[in-house]
Amino acid sequence: MSFTNVIKNRLTKPEGGGSGYRTFWQYIHIDVPLLISLLLLITAGLIILYSASSQNLQLIEQQVFHIGLGLLVMVLFAQINPLTYQRWALWVYLLGIVLLIAVLIVGHVGNGAGRWLNLGFIRFQPSEIMKLALPMFLAWHYHRIHLPLSFSTVIFSGIIILVPVLLIAKQPDLSTALLLIVAGGTVLLLAGLSWYLIGAFITLGALCAPLVWYVLHDYQRQRVLTFFNPERDPLGSGYHIIQSKIAIGSGGLFGKGWLNGTQSHLHFLPEHATDFIFAVCGEEFGFIGNLILIIIFMAIIGRGLYITMHAQDTFTRLLAGSLTLTFFVSFFVNMGMVTGILPVAGLPLPLVSYGGSSMMTLMASFGILMSIQTHRKLLTT
Amino acid sequence: MRKRIAIKDHHQEIHLINQRCISVLVIMILLIILLIIRLVHLQLVNHDHFTTLSKKNWLDLVPLEPTRGLIYDRNGVLLADNIPVYSLDLLPYKIANMPSTLAEIAKIIPLSDDDIAQFHKELKQHRRFDEVTLKLKLSEDEVARFSENQYRFPGVRVKAHLIRHYPFVNSLSHVLGYVGRINMDELQEIDATNYSATNYIGKLGIEKYYEDDLHGTVGYEQAENDASGQALRVLNQIKPVPGKNLYLTLDSKLQSFVEQALAGHRGAVVAIQPATGQVLAMVSEPSYDPNLFVAGINNKEFQALQQSPDRPLYNRALRGLYPSGSTIKPFIAVGGLDAGVISPNDTIHDPGWYKLSTSSRIFHDHKRGGHGIVNLYRAIVTSCDTYFFTLAHNLGIQRIDAILEKFGFGESTGVDLEEEIAGVVPSPAWKRKVKGASWYEGDTLNLGIGQGFMQVTPLQLATGIAVIANHGKRFVPHLLLAEQQPGKSLEMQTPAQQDPVNFHDPNNWNIVINAMQGVVTAPDGTGFRFGKLGPYSVAIKTGTAQNHSIKNYNADEAFSASAYEEQSKLPEKLRDTTLLVAFAPVEKPQIALVVIVENDAGASQVARQILDYYLIGPPLVVPVAPVNPTKVQGNPHVVH
Repeated sequence: MSFTNVIKNRLTKPEGGGSGYRTFWQYIHIDVPLLISLLLLITAGLIILYSASSQNLQLIEQQVFHIGLGLLVMVLFAQINPLTYQRWALWVYLLGIVLLIAVLIVGHVGNGAGRWLNLGFIRFQPSEIMKLALPMFLAWHYHRIHLPLSFSTVIFSGIIILVPVLLIAKQPDLSTALLLIVAGGTVLLLAGLSWYLIGAFITLGALCAPLVWYVLHDYQRQRVLTFFNPERDPLGSGYHIIQSKIAIGSGGLFGKGWLNGTQSHLHFLPEHATDFIFAVCGEEFGFIGNLILIIIFMAIIGRGLYITMHAQDTFTRLLAGSLTLTFFVSFFVNMGMVTGILPVAGLPLPLVSYGGSSMMTLMASFGILMSIQTHRKLLTT
Repeated sequence: MRKRIAIKDHHQEIHLINQRCISVLVIMILLIILLIIRLVHLQLVNHDHFTTLSKKNWLDLVPLEPTRGLIYDRNGVLLADNIPVYSLDLLPYKIANMPSTLAEIAKIIPLSDDDIAQFHKELKQHRRFDEVTLKLKLSEDEVARFSENQYRFPGVRVKAHLIRHYPFVNSLSHVLGYVGRINMDELQEIDATNYSATNYIGKLGIEKYYEDDLHGTVGYEQAENDASGQALRVLNQIKPVPGKNLYLTLDSKLQSFVEQALAGHRGAVVAIQPATGQVLAMVSEPSYDPNLFVAGINNKEFQALQQSPDRPLYNRALRGLYPSGSTIKPFIAVGGLDAGVISPNDTIHDPGWYKLSTSSRIFHDHKRGGHGIVNLYRAIVTSCDTYFFTLAHNLGIQRIDAILEKFGFGESTGVDLEEEIAGVVPSPAWKRKVKGASWYEGDTLNLGIGQGFMQVTPLQLATGIAVIANHGKRFVPHLLLAEQQPGKSLEMQTPAQQDPVNFHDPNNWNIVINAMQGVVTAPDGTGFRFGKLGPYSVAIKTGTAQNHSIKNYNADEAFSASAYEEQSKLPEKLRDTTLLVAFAPVEKPQIALVVIVENDAGASQVARQILDYYLIGPPLVVPVAPVNPTKVQGNPHVVH
C-alpha cells in the first residue's frame, strides 16, 4: 500500500468509535480557526514592529526566528494527548518548583543572573514553565475531586498558587508573579469559586493594598503615583504615559500612516518595540487599526472559549479556559497600560511586542489548546 | 450506583464550568468595551487636542551619559581615564546622496574599507533621525581639515566624546579588564533606562566587577527641537550622577616593575600584603593593550591576539591552573605537625626513592642517591621528596585534603574579579567523579609533593602563603582599597577576614617558617638561584611543575646544576615551569609573593628582583646593599 493510501485511510476511517471523520488538520492536530487568527495577529505584529523598531531589519529577523520557533513549539505541544498532560501535571509542577528554587540559589551564588537558568545548551526562565504547569496542576487536581470547591480545597489551591508566586516575586519579577496569580486564579474562577469568596478576596486585596505599598520597590511606587497623576513627574515615569497618550490620540481615526508616526520615531515614545508597541499601532493606523487588532485578539479569545466549552472533561475544560483567560488578561493589561486606564506594569503585548521567551510559552499554550480540540474524538466519555 | 453519581457530577461540573465561561465572557466584553470607549475618547473625541500636542511635541527628552568613574592605584596614580576623542558623525536623513558624500569626505579624511563597511552596517541598525558614526578617533589634523570644509557637508559634523583610556597599556590589562560596546546579551541584563545614554560597559576585570559603581546614573535634558529633531535650546535638565572613582590596592610602580622583570617570559606574579589581603601586584605575561578593545578591535588584530602561541589574552594569575609542585610542601608540613604525625626532630633515611609496602612501584626522589638522614628542616630546605612521600602516606588523603582546604585551595579565593577559577584539591570522590577511576595510594604520595592532580592558581597560592606569613590569619584577597563618590570623601574598604587556620601548637608555624628561611640561607638549599641573602629576612619555597620528565624522575626540582643544563637543551615548550612562593620580612611580613615562570628556570631570579625592589627600592637608585649577617635574626645558617 502506498504512503498516500495509508494517509487517506487514516483520514477517512473513524477511530475509537468516535463520531465523524477526521480531517487532515485534525490528523496533524492543528485547529484551523485558531491557527488563522494567530497568523493574522503575528503578521500584524511584524508590520507594526517593523515601523516601531525604526525599520531595524536585524530585530525583525530575530523576531521572525522567535515566531518560527514558536510555531514549531505550538505544533509539538499540539501532538501531545491531553491525557498525557493530565498524567504529568503534578510532576511538571513539582519540577517547576524545583527549578524556581534552583534559579534563586544559582542567581544568588552567581552574579545577577536573576531569572535565568543556564543548562549549558539552553537558557530559559523557569517562571515560564510555571505559567503552564500551575493551571495544569490545578485543573488536574479539580478533575480528581468533586466540584464545586470545598473551602479546604480553596485553601489548598491558595498554597499551590502562592508558593511559585512568592518564589518568582523574590527574583524579583513582579509582573510574572501577578500573571501567575491570574493563571491560577482563573482556574479557581472557572471551577466555580463562589462569587462571595471572590468578592471577599477583592475586598481583602483592597484592604491589603496599603501593606503592599511597603513591599514595593521605589520605582514601582513611582509608577503607581504617576498613574494617578501623570503630570507630577513629566520628565520621569509620567513621561511614558503622557507620550503614549499623545501618540495614540494624534493617530485619529485612520492614523498617520505606516512608518509615519512622529511620536515613536522621534524618540518621544519610550520602549516602542516592546511594552508600548500598541501606541505605535494607534499612532500609525489610528482607531481603525486598533479596532482591527482588538478584533483579532478577541477572535483568538473567542476560539479559546469555544474550545473550552466543547472540551470533554473537567481537566481539559479548566486548562483550556485558564490559558485563554490568562492570554486575555495579559493583552488587556498591556493595552490598558498604554491607553492610561491601568498603571504602567511592564507587561509586553503578547505575540506583538519584541521578545522571545514569553512567545515560546504563549505558543506552547496555544499548542495545548489545539491538542485539547483535536484529540476530542479520541476521548471516551 | 457509584457510576451514576460520577456521571451526574460530570454533567453538573460541565454545566458549572460553562456557566462560568459565559460570566467571564460577559466581563471580558465589558472590559473591551471600556477599552474601546477609552480609544474613542483619545483618538476621536480628543484627537485635535493630541494632534496639537504632538505637533508642539518638539520637546525631546535626551538622556545624558554619566561620566564613568576613574580608577586609581593605592598611591593615587591614574590607571583608567576618560579622554576626549573626536568622531565624524552623519545624520542620514540630511544627506541626499550618501555615496557621493562619502567619496567627498574620503578626499579630506582618509577612510578605510573597514570604516565604510562598519558604517553601512551601523546605518542599517539606526533610525533615520539618529546620528551614525563614520570614523572614531580623528586626529587633530583631520579635525582641522574637516572644519575648514564643514560648510560643504550639511548633516555631517565632528563631535567630541569621552572614551576610556588605559595609560598603562599592557601592564594592567589582566586586572583592570576593559570596557567595550554593549552587546545584545548584556542588553538583556542591564537597566535599559540607566544605560540609555551609555554605549560602553565593563567587559572584564575590575571594569566588569565594579560596573555598577563605575557607571553612575543617567541624567536627562528636555530640549526644544525644530521640526527635524535638532535641538534649539535646553529647557530643563537633570544632571547625570558620575560613577564612583575607585582606588585599587595595587601599587602601579611595583606592578610595572614586575611586568618588566617577567618580560619575555610566559608567567604570572601575585603579590599580597599579608596583614590585610590587599593585592599589591597581579601580573600575567604576556599581556595585551586593552585600549584596542575600547574602540572596537578589528578582526585581524583580534585573531592575532587569540592565535598567538603565548596566549596574551589568557589571565594566568587568575585562571592559570598549575601543578603546585614542591611549593605545597610547607602546607603539608604544618598539617603533619598539627596532626602529630611528625615532630621537628623525627628523621627518615632517604635512599633516593620511596616504595609502598603494598605495591612494587618505586617513587623517586628528585636527587639520585637520596638526601640521607633528613628531618623536617632539611626536608623543606632540600625539598626532599622521600620525606614528603612518607609524610603523605602517614597522613592519608583525608587529612591532606582537610589541611589544603583550610588554606583555601580548591575553591575561589573570593577576590573581587569575576573570572577567577577554583583549582583542584584532588580527593577520592573527585577522582571517581572526574576521572572515573578509584584513588590509589600512589595518588596520595604524588599529592604530597604537589604533583599529580593538584592544580592551583597563582592567586590561590599567594593567598595560601600569606596565611603562613600571618601564622594562620586569613584575609580574602581584594583589589578595592576605597571608593569615592565625586566631590565626597573616600570610603575605605575594610579587609574581610576568614576563618583562621588554628593549630594546637602555634609554634608549628615557626618551625616551618624557619625551614623556609633555610631554603635561602642553607648551603644546599634549593633557593640557591635566589642569591645571597639581602638586608631583609625572607622565607621561600621553590617548586617545579614538570612538563617533561628527564630520566623518569617522577619528582620535581630541576634546581641542580646538571638538571638545569639538561633542561636548557630541551625545546622551550618542553622545559619545566618553575614556581616560587615567598614572604618577607619574616618578622613582620609586608609582602607575600608567588612567581610562576612557564618553561623556564627563572622564577627565583624574578622573585629576588621583585622583593629587593619592594623592600629596598629601585635597583638603579639604591646600590645593592652588602650582606650584613648581624641583621638577620634567629637564623643559624648564615651565608658567608
